[in-house]
Amino acid sequence: MNVLRSGTQAVRIEQDVVLARQTARKLAVEAGLRLVDQTKLVTAASELARNTVVYGRGGDMDWEILEEERRKGLRLTFRDQGPGIADMKLAMTDGWTSGGGLGLGLTGAKRLVDDFSVESAPGQGTRVMICKWT
Amino acid sequence: MERIPILRMGDFLLVTIQVDMHDELAMTLQDDLSDRISKTSARGVLIDISALDMVDSFIGRMIGTISGLSRIMDAQTVVVGMQPAVAITLVELGLTLPGVITALNVERGMSLLRERVQSE
Repeated sequence: MNVLRSGTQAVRIEQDVVLARQTARKLAVEAGLRLVDQTKLVTAASELARNTVVYGRGGDMDWEILEEERRKGLRLTFRDQGPGIADMKLAMTDGWTSGGGLGLGLTGAKRLVDDFSVESAPGQGTRVMICKWT
Repeated sequence: MERIPILRMGDFLLVTIQVDMHDELAMTLQDDLSDRISKTSARGVLIDISALDMVDSFIGRMIGTISGLSRIMDAQTVVVGMQPAVAITLVELGLTLPGVITALNVERGMSLLRERVQSE
């Protein structure tokens, strides 16, 4: 797997959520994802960027355009140094929220992408990776 | 402060969302709309989201809330113009907008609103 291009963008305040999804859209087009897949990835990015701001107290989004055999992909990683997720099983339950949301952010994002992983521990921050392939 | 304009047309209020909405803007729209429904005694609200290239759970929830609060204020809400890719994504995300009335475009939305208000 080759990384064609990569970068990082700050996700600190609410307005950064809008910027993160605009970047995700631009990169998804560049990676050659079709419209529905672009929209799914951008929506997942929006959910995760909001989590980074609201629950993670701000962090960063790393992006990579990938190439593997004949397909291309866009991988986004959201990192924060926030309180972390104490109960991962609960956090991955549809409809459960520790805030005032709908509880669809993490589980919904997972459903919208091809690859998904989350690493977190209390006090250690959270790292969520998503990837969508052509 | 940035605001989404709300236009009045007879008994109805029209909202066309043409910007990429951040969360605070969505909340402001929700507050502004309830205020305008109460001040104008509007019977219907038409929200055009054809320019939105994504609807996440936050915006989806706002749409649901506006629809619910307008209903208890005696007004109907119709959401029009959702892009197909947005609709597919919303359903996969797990958000089916229960109780929200939708129409394909503004024209159909307006006639739906008229029918519903007249039949009451």
